[in-house]
Amino acid sequence: MKVKINKELIGHVAEVARLKLTDKEIEKFSKELREIIGSFSKLDEVDTKDIEPSLQPVGLKNMLREDKEEKSFTQEEALSLTEHKKDGYFKGPKAI
Amino acid sequence: MQEFIKKIRNNEIDIVEHTHKVINECKKINKEYNYFNVISEDLALQQAKELHKKIKNNDKNIKNKKLLGVMVSVKDGICVKNVESTAGSKILRGYKPLFDATVIKKVKDAGGIIIGKTSQDEFGFGSFNVNVGLGFEIPKNPFDKQRSCGGSSGGAAGLSQVAEFPHIALGESTGGSIVEPASFCGVFGLCPTYGRISRYGLIDYANSLDKVGPLGKSLQAVALLLETISGFDRNESTTINKPIDNYTDFINKKIKNMKIGIIKEAFVDIDKKIDKKINEGVDKLEEIGVKTEEISLKLPIKHGLATYYILATSEASTNLAKYCGMRYGVSDKLEGNFNEYFTKVRSDNFGPEAKRRIILGTFARMSGYRDAYYIKATKIRTKIVDEYKKMFKKYDALISPTSPILPIKFSEIEKLSPLQHYMMDIMTVSPNVAGLPHLNVPVGFVGKSPVGMLITADHLEESKLIQLGSVFDSQ
Repeated sequence: MKVKINKELIGHVAEVARLKLTDKEIEKFSKELREIIGSFSKLDEVDTKDIEPSLQPVGLKNMLREDKEEKSFTQEEALSLTEHKKDGYFKGPKAI
Repeated sequence: MQEFIKKIRNNEIDIVEHTHKVINECKKINKEYNYFNVISEDLALQQAKELHKKIKNNDKNIKNKKLLGVMVSVKDGICVKNVESTAGSKILRGYKPLFDATVIKKVKDAGGIIIGKTSQDEFGFGSFNVNVGLGFEIPKNPFDKQRSCGGSSGGAAGLSQVAEFPHIALGESTGGSIVEPASFCGVFGLCPTYGRISRYGLIDYANSLDKVGPLGKSLQAVALLLETISGFDRNESTTINKPIDNYTDFINKKIKNMKIGIIKEAFVDIDKKIDKKINEGVDKLEEIGVKTEEISLKLPIKHGLATYYILATSEASTNLAKYCGMRYGVSDKLEGNFNEYFTKVRSDNFGPEAKRRIILGTFARMSGYRDAYYIKATKIRTKIVDEYKKMFKKYDALISPTSPILPIKFSEIEKLSPLQHYMMDIMTVSPNVAGLPHLNVPVGFVGKSPVGMLITADHLEESKLIQLGSVFDSQ
């Protein structure tokens, strides 16, 4: 696939990934990713018609346990690693 | 190592005194080489004291402890309860896990003493351990401080080479991060079959590729740790529920009727001096009756690299979405709306390579590009696995160099573009994409630089790697 990697595209991808890049970073990443993605586009040559995707390499099957309550962290423990908490909950930034 | 464990068990060596000495030694080593992000002095001494009590009281469980008194270093990305575990990233500064990873629990149960968290590229994103997180130190090669340790388990490999006390390292590999640094530091490093060892408590890079595995100066030590930490884990749904071999029994086990394929494409663009050393290694195997043949492995060598980087960064970009300065790790003042807050914490605390890989992976999964990159790579992965599987119908193992280059100077790394940096993983990415066990075997030196030979076997055939590798284990 031919893709035009430019500063607009990289800026957009960064925004989707919740990263704010400086103009200098956008410039640098655009150049580097043009080279990387250009090279990786060679995968087009490989014939993958009728080939199934592999999401992992060893043919694992889904493993489920019985839906029973088990021991887990207490609310206090779960909150012990942050300073952003209130009334037994995580306190986050404004949602709206 | 068995002799040492016996002496600890019989209290001929005082375990607490020994641990004190080791911790002091680690501090000295760290000043010189930067192999640790944290030295876990309190934990190590607490473990030593508890074991000492049991030894003195002739506790009946002591004789079953396979790693009694052996010092185990842990790659930073593996969670150790109450010890800062950052995976080498500033965004996880201050994170002290509330639990032990399964492998840590197993090491502790076996009497192994945790001495600290070793240096790595941030989240494992690198081949030379220079992509450490903001504010972290870069580890130096044990044979030449101007050169790299290899990555991303660089601290683990470097420490394995310089430690004079009985020690084994826990490392982790996504695309070659165990065998590459093992090769640069002249030690053994074994990356197991995907799912052989639990990833519960491992800070993810890419879930379908990550494997925890041992590194050590002797293969005996590597086999011992492998035996201790392998196996099914009900906390980890991708572990394989199949029997574990007694890997240490395969050290120096007589080799009969083994046939090995030498991957011809892997020798095309490499340093001739590396070529020569690998051939000497192959000669050594032939001398004990191993049959060898040249084979061709086109797809893995030609397209393994792009396949790996697309899969790994796609998975990494989703895994790293959870770091947003709220529940653990670094945080900031709660200002702005959630998008602004998360964006600020992430932009301030991820290093440049983490940002690069997040962008690459996000791109490869984005609507419009997903089929051409991510989905395409998952299909090529199927073909790569098939190509290896065909080979393993005829051959017991495959051989290539571990790295196309000798340990590289820091000044030369600076000149590499990110793509050139990625290309140094050419030998190791495909066994990782296919989830195959592989072992770095030190086969000699070119000048002061160690050379490593890569042996790859079929799924769950770690024993064969140990059997073949022990031909090169002088300890």
